[in-house]
Amino acid sequence: MATDIIIHDKKDNVGVVVIEKITPKQDCACWIMEDDSSVNIQSIDEIPLGHKIAMIDLNEGDTILKYGHDIGKVVKSIKKGEHVHVHNVKTKKW
Amino acid sequence: MFTFTTLKQRSGNNMEIPKSFLGYKRENGRAGTRNHVIILPVDDISNACAEAVANNIKGTVALPHSYGRLQFGADLELHFRTMIGTGCNPNVAAVIVIGIEPKWTKKIVDGIAKTGKPVEGFHIERTGDIGTTMKASKKAQEYVMWASEKQREECPMSDLWISVKCGESDTTSGLAANPTVGNLMDKLEPMGVHLCFGETSELTGAEKVCATRGATPEASDKFMKTWNSYNDFILKEATDDLSESQPTAGNIAGGLTTIEEKAFGNFQKIGNCKFIDVLEPAEEPTKGKGLYFMDTSSAAAECVTLQAAAGFNIHLFPTGQGNIVGNPIEPVVKLTANPLTVKGMGEHIDCDVSKILTREMNMSQAGDELIKTTLRVANGRLTCAEALGHKEFVMTKLYRSA
Repeated sequence: MATDIIIHDKKDNVGVVVIEKITPKQDCACWIMEDDSSVNIQSIDEIPLGHKIAMIDLNEGDTILKYGHDIGKVVKSIKKGEHVHVHNVKTKKW
Repeated sequence: MFTFTTLKQRSGNNMEIPKSFLGYKRENGRAGTRNHVIILPVDDISNACAEAVANNIKGTVALPHSYGRLQFGADLELHFRTMIGTGCNPNVAAVIVIGIEPKWTKKIVDGIAKTGKPVEGFHIERTGDIGTTMKASKKAQEYVMWASEKQREECPMSDLWISVKCGESDTTSGLAANPTVGNLMDKLEPMGVHLCFGETSELTGAEKVCATRGATPEASDKFMKTWNSYNDFILKEATDDLSESQPTAGNIAGGLTTIEEKAFGNFQKIGNCKFIDVLEPAEEPTKGKGLYFMDTSSAAAECVTLQAAAGFNIHLFPTGQGNIVGNPIEPVVKLTANPLTVKGMGEHIDCDVSKILTREMNMSQAGDELIKTTLRVANGRLTCAEALGHKEFVMTKLYRSA
């Protein structure tokens, strides 16, 4: 089965879409690079190539983990399968 | 046929790496991947004359820029270091320096002359543009005809000085294109090459992890001091939340959400290497082979210009959404893993690693492909940016002039 989503690290709570786009209610195959394992997820939103999908439900104030590291905070709650981007996540830096 | 990628395969070696490339040996023992004769203006007002000379004498290249008057302190030092370093770069066979007055012109000529390469300075005051253009053109003709007889010779891989910088990154950069550069670094570092990464501000969020990659406690401390100083400057000058600048609009379109995400993607470029020293902008490395961090802006042309001025002779530039930057003296090799970028603007891409995303290519295979492309370019193949005429030479200015 082709890979729709790649996840860097087992700890990550987001994955990256690597096909042109995924559509709502699509059953997606995810590949975790760190340990070469696979998981599946059903999408809620349409998400384009390179954009992120939430792998679990996330609440306001939660930390987004990618590469196994903190890459920002949730500012609007996100459901598993939803699009994760600037509308619901902000930097903790600037 | 789809091949299942294991972690072992990704870190394994698929190809025997060549031991040499064909370069131009220089008087000071360095080797160039190019054989340019450059016309270097000391200051902004000498651009017209430098460009007139380059127009007269075919095969020379003028490097116009915007600064060089009334600068002072560290900013002036950086100006001279960049000018002299550009002339000293082994990709440059010979240099004509043109400035408005003799003193700063001579300072740059004397700095470049230490390499032993042909260099001569001309100043415009008392002669004017037309007379200076004539005198400088005669010398430039002599230089370019001399340089045209230089032949490429076999040089060890350790003569490669490779700088890296990514631009218009997106999430495919951190997933594939940047780790491909990291794979190349892991394979070429043991062969004694010099390596350099920079982009101080774009390590924000990953700075503490990056600091742990110093080869010595001194290197780690120096990195944190450099990053803190740059970050303090950004916070001092910021009038908003920087959301229009970092990540850039292109980064956001490509799916990057925060500076931290961009930073961890950026950081993939150094593979498992450790940096042995932290360089000032445009500072030549002096601690021998290995990886260096240079304090640079994250703007592509500024960063590459500084790395070229430090003596790096070939540049690797992973991109996501499609940065198109080039440099007049250091060839810029572009790679991307974004299939839409390959499809839409393939004329800018020297190495396509988009098959990593479909898992038809593993990281080690991608690293090998990039090594092959890098060596072809080192041997003389034009980069896309060279063929398209990209010659962005952008001086870094630290503050206002006096």
